Amino acid sequence: MKTVVSVIGKDAVGIISKVSNICAECNANILDITQSVLQDMFVMVMLTEIKELNCSFASFSDKMKALGEQNNLDIRVMHEDIFNSMHRI
Amino acid sequence: MINIKDIMETINMISEENLDIRTVTMGISLLDCADSDEDKACEKIYNKITRLAGNLVKVGEDIEREFGIPIINKRISVTPIAMLVASSGGNPVKYAKALQKAADATGVNFIGGYSALVHKGFSAGDEALIRSIPEALSVTSNICSSVNIGSTKAGINMDAVKLMGQIVRETAEITADRDCIGCAKLVVFCNAVEDNPFMAGAFHGVGEPDCVIHVGVSGPGVVQAALKKCPNGDLGQLAEIIKRTAFKITRMGQLVGTEASRRLGVPFGIVDLSLAPTPAIGDSVAHILEEMGLETCGTHGTTAALAMLNDAVKKGGVMASSYVGGLSGAFIPVSEDAGMIAAAISGDLELSKLEAMTAVCSVGLDMIAIPGETPAEVISAIIADEAAIGMVNSKTTAVRVIPAIGKKAGETLEFGGLLGSGPIMKVNLTKSPKKFIDRAGRIPAPMQSLKN
Repeated sequence: MKTVVSVIGKDAVGIISKVSNICAECNANILDITQSVLQDMFVMVMLTEIKELNCSFASFSDKMKALGEQNNLDIRVMHEDIFNSMHRI
Repeated sequence: MINIKDIMETINMISEENLDIRTVTMGISLLDCADSDEDKACEKIYNKITRLAGNLVKVGEDIEREFGIPIINKRISVTPIAMLVASSGGNPVKYAKALQKAADATGVNFIGGYSALVHKGFSAGDEALIRSIPEALSVTSNICSSVNIGSTKAGINMDAVKLMGQIVRETAEITADRDCIGCAKLVVFCNAVEDNPFMAGAFHGVGEPDCVIHVGVSGPGVVQAALKKCPNGDLGQLAEIIKRTAFKITRMGQLVGTEASRRLGVPFGIVDLSLAPTPAIGDSVAHILEEMGLETCGTHGTTAALAMLNDAVKKGGVMASSYVGGLSGAFIPVSEDAGMIAAAISGDLELSKLEAMTAVCSVGLDMIAIPGETPAEVISAIIADEAAIGMVNSKTTAVRVIPAIGKKAGETLEFGGLLGSGPIMKVNLTKSPKKFIDRAGRIPAPMQSLKN
């Protein structure tokens, strides 16, 4: 199963490193990263493979959420199917 | 990889524009729970509901977390209880209490189906159930009731219409100490659908499978935000934008529905592609109509704008789901829609305009507070008018009005939560329809019914 980790907020040093750290901790494999600045907001999107996750999906997602809260960022972990179904026929 | 703009669009819809799955509703047939002993039947009902829906709330929450989409309500619809009362007789309120117990055990926020289908006449159990509705809704908190009093094929059962005017009033009176909340859980239908996932009118029709999952989507805020980006387009362009947006919203509903059905091991029924407003700012159907160019919802042009919106939502959504059903369209519940509330308070939106709007929206007169002095025969006449619109236009119409006991037009009823607050609207009380309603009998089915 693949998930999309999205990070939205004010640009700062070390965002990608902190997010990838959690991925490594939980054994989520990063498949692709893309980032851009949209409407003055830093946006980073990471596609990760989580079939080998060493914790539950819920705790992976909670860790990301907590990281977001600590750093004033909006971090979401969402199943990739939601984007595929909405934007592809 | 998926386009970053598409990802941002989806996230924006959820976080800024109130996109959500309004409800995942499990339909459960209770036909096999019928018993000549009422207590036994209640026990079977409780056991069946808790067995099939024990996991419903958890599965809903899991999907919510994994997909990142809010699923606001997890609900259950059941076979019209009047059919079980037909076998057992006795006091139907016992069934309502059994359903409440099952709602508490499963953690769902509503069970719908304390219902009777009497569009052509009363059969065993129907009248007893209808007469018990006020008590049933006052002693329970999560049970919804509906009565179908007419259809295009059968005409309108005016005996039932007369009775329902009294029942709506009684329900308001018996729950007057709680802002007449009982009436917010009671709908009177014409052409009720069997697979509606939305409350208060959900019940599990007899043609449905034993157990099934339906999904109701929402998203008025998303449509409004999309239209905002096209301030000078013509109406054809607006229709196109609404279609595209409805397509995306419905795809999400389809995904959640198939996923929930897989995890629960229950067949997937339908996606109801409705625009269901909430009192939250940025989640209003009235504001879409205003975005289309009306100074306020309720002014001349409102019916035309709503007709286009309703049609475009269906056209966009129908391609996105393998099975579309339920009510599908745009809801116009006054107390649940910030824009409608504002228009009703300012006097720009009147009951007569709402009645016209129901000819082109997905349901009918919904969540409308009316003066407490409104007599039963006037409520019956409002029901009859609405049923006639549904019968002749081969569409579902409904009446969910709340007589505000002890209050007058201009005051407000507060329900809280998704039910919102209802400004009490003016009703014509100077001239009476009493003689017409007292005639009772049955309005014959219209020419439209003779299609064979």
